[in-house]
Amino acid sequence: MARVRKEGRREAKYFYLFASPWLVGFLVFALFPVAASFYYSLTDYDIIHAPVYVGLGNYRELFQDEQFWKSIRVTLQYTFVSVPLTLVLSLVFALLINRKVPFRGFFRTAMYFPSMVSGVGMSLLWFWVFNPQAGLFNYFLSWFGVEPIHWFLDEKYAMWALVIMSFWGMGGGMLIFLAGLQGVPAHLHEAAKLDGAGRWRSFWSVTFPMISPVFLFQLIIGVIDSFQVFTQAYTITQGGPNYSTWFYVYNIYINAFKNFRYGYASAMSWLLLVAVLAITYLILKLSNRYVYYEGGQSR
Amino acid sequence: MNRAEIKQLPSRLLLFLILLAVTAAMLAPLVFMLSTALKTTKEMLVYPPRWIPEVFAWSNFRELFANSDIKFGQQYANSLIVAVFSVVGTVISSSLVAFGFARYRAKGSGFLFMLVLSTLMLPYPAIMIPQFLLFTKLGLHDSLLPLILPSFFGSAYMIFLLRQFFTTLPGELYDAGRIDGCSEFRLYWNLTLPLAGPALATVSIFSFIWSWNDLLSPVLYLDSQENFTLPIGMAAMLSSKFRIAPWNLLMAASLLSTLPIVVIFALAQRRFVQGIVLTGIK
Repeated sequence: MARVRKEGRREAKYFYLFASPWLVGFLVFALFPVAASFYYSLTDYDIIHAPVYVGLGNYRELFQDEQFWKSIRVTLQYTFVSVPLTLVLSLVFALLINRKVPFRGFFRTAMYFPSMVSGVGMSLLWFWVFNPQAGLFNYFLSWFGVEPIHWFLDEKYAMWALVIMSFWGMGGGMLIFLAGLQGVPAHLHEAAKLDGAGRWRSFWSVTFPMISPVFLFQLIIGVIDSFQVFTQAYTITQGGPNYSTWFYVYNIYINAFKNFRYGYASAMSWLLLVAVLAITYLILKLSNRYVYYEGGQSR
Repeated sequence: MNRAEIKQLPSRLLLFLILLAVTAAMLAPLVFMLSTALKTTKEMLVYPPRWIPEVFAWSNFRELFANSDIKFGQQYANSLIVAVFSVVGTVISSSLVAFGFARYRAKGSGFLFMLVLSTLMLPYPAIMIPQFLLFTKLGLHDSLLPLILPSFFGSAYMIFLLRQFFTTLPGELYDAGRIDGCSEFRLYWNLTLPLAGPALATVSIFSFIWSWNDLLSPVLYLDSQENFTLPIGMAAMLSSKFRIAPWNLLMAASLLSTLPIVVIFALAQRRFVQGIVLTGIK
């Protein structure tokens, strides 16, 4: 008995020894910032003077701040259009490439290739592609008789330009779906065929249930990512024209690092944290009903 | 060809044509990037756009490095420094932590692992302000250290990934090692790490790419142009003193900034794809 306890203590010692980098990191780079962010959100703080406690003042001001509401609208707009469409598109192309077709390898690589140009490089490229005078996109549209559009100068179109741009990065999601599809056992499809199921029916009854965990996972990642759009706003639009691309994180950035209102911006970042946790929880909760886990419910 | 296959032929041809069209649409911007990168300032604005430049302006690439207003070479080096140190830090710290979680039980270790997973959902923008204030008070503003240091304390994704891998290694291996008198650290260093090559490669590739493409934290910490990393340097080029945006130079820069990732992809295509599948990261 004593030996077992001693062995347990020895194990515990090594566990904490090996885990110590993360433990320290968690305290310094996660727990402390989360707590500090909440504290700052209750203060006025410009880094030069000491923080001044203002209670819920920042939150009250936020709810009357037009730019705050605008940034939420813009972010949700982008999320609701870009995430589902990209998800469906990447699934459709994964399904297409998964079928017997010549040059499959080439198609797969070619569709994934754009995902390698990421971040700022991609923003620059698309800023240029959407250039009203010499850009590729208006030239392409001109084949169909569409007049040149000033994509990033016209508030009607700026958001759409960013949405179109987001489709271009669907290759990563496509690869993940492709891997999921390859894990669907062929005998299930054969059984469905024997039962007289057509292609459509076979997809909804066999394929989709089997890959639904992958779908769910990508949905959550997609939503969390789109809540955090920053690069495009910083590089291309600066939140314009007329705040039509004033994304939430860009709003935090401007308030903290341009207006030096760290307390006010902290209130916003704290709300982002709550929103991300709530949305993730909600999606998981709703999906419980129709996500299929092999070997029974996993939770 | 049997009859069933002949019946399928039209639908397969249609599928092929659809894929061809979509692929062309996906690749067109890339070709446009390449072609613009090789055009002269005069030709880049010609409409309709020419796919193949009249004169190949290879000098654009030289200009990027030679122009002292841009400091492209310096910024490229900064990005490499940050990325390489981030990889080293992430690999060392995450594998240590993952080893701890995979091989030892302790009171609270299950709870701590849940904590690791829950930090996956912690968005960086939600915690960036206190982190920024912390590093600024430490006097590290406008240096590369705030971009490098955090990776030495483990990344949740990588810890999770490596832990999953380490738990598949058989316990007998460790018993044998202990009988041979290995210390626990040597079990990690001489036994586990050599067996974890593919997993460590995945971790390295992804931490390199994340670090290479990161814009937000460099924007917060870096002020002077010679300290910029590539993403912020390129964004600055766009908004700088050039009267007409130097699209040919910008495209050349985008091309060069994509190069390391393409090289990694080419070298480790299978592992890269596996890694994407494993981690679900784009």
